[in-house]
Amino acid sequence: MRATIKILRFNPEVDKTSHWAEYQVDTEPNEQLLNVLHYIKWNLDGTLTLRRSCAHGICGSDAMVVNGRNRLACKVLMKYLGSSVTVEPIRGLRVIKDLVVDMEPFMAKYKSIMPYLINDEDPGSRERPQSPEERERFDDTTKCILCAACTTACPSFWANGEYVGPAAIVQAHRFIFDSRDRGAAERLAVMNEWSGVWRCRTIFNCVEACPRDINVTKAIGEVKKAILFDEV
Amino acid sequence: MGVYTPTLRRRARPNGRFEVMTWYLMRVSGVVLLFVAVGHLLWLHLVVGLENIDFNTIVGRWTGPLGAFWRVYDLVLLMFAMTHGLNGARWVIDDYVPRRGPNWAMKSVVFTLGFILILMGAFIIFTFRPAGT
Repeated sequence: MRATIKILRFNPEVDKTSHWAEYQVDTEPNEQLLNVLHYIKWNLDGTLTLRRSCAHGICGSDAMVVNGRNRLACKVLMKYLGSSVTVEPIRGLRVIKDLVVDMEPFMAKYKSIMPYLINDEDPGSRERPQSPEERERFDDTTKCILCAACTTACPSFWANGEYVGPAAIVQAHRFIFDSRDRGAAERLAVMNEWSGVWRCRTIFNCVEACPRDINVTKAIGEVKKAILFDEV
Repeated sequence: MGVYTPTLRRRARPNGRFEVMTWYLMRVSGVVLLFVAVGHLLWLHLVVGLENIDFNTIVGRWTGPLGAFWRVYDLVLLMFAMTHGLNGARWVIDDYVPRRGPNWAMKSVVFTLGFILILMGAFIIFTFRPAGT
């Protein structure tokens, strides 16, 4: 199949604003969009800049706006995109070059929720056991790969960069509802800040954007309820 | 390579229970309004009839045998609709007016107007008596 790929490009050394560039490619219906972008970079225009690593939907490097929706370029096939495809950098973060954005603000929010096990109790010489039911409680939010597709699809985050964002709340949920963790109160305090969960307007863009099918808005709702009733 | 230290632009705002309680208020008032506002609409539009609504209809409603009920009903509608709406406006301003000065100025205007409307409405509901009584 023949496809026209329109990419929103920006070179900080030359451009004042970003501009569209068009590329014609011959491709297969079952080809990943990422491979089409590779083809463009390797054969048509070597200056095209993008992030990718594993190319199998796990590392979370290649989130971008594809035909207006946040997708992982490696997880979407050309046959679902049609013969005219638009590709833009994810929104709400500063564009460094072409499809590469500054992820530091996103990662800073991730760090703010203390994404590590907090538990000073001595487990002795064995593990910290957990029942399947206790594991199930936060199973959905363990799937997050920090690709930023949800946070950069969130209108609350676009409007207000201080908002901690859905991805950080998903990560907080993953520890708050973990029976082995003892840091729930500290994390709920971060979630209850002005920049925390109360900026969420349940728009559900995050759910639609998540390439891992995490029910993000539900996780945010559970965190809100945990703060309201002061119990996990 | 230095260690990256996050520069979080988090405002140091003590929050306490304010955001959670206003969020809860929106849920509760939303459910209350679902019945009270829709009931109000159905009653006036379908039972009373749109062409019959005038000053005398409302006077009759407030001074008739169910006068106390209707005054409480209208007070509930006024309080929940206004607090729900005002908090919604506060959220919209917080979302879209990040700069502190304009943010504060807009909230001041909205809340001043809102409280004047609440006071005027409540004052009339509590004290209204038709002429000659």
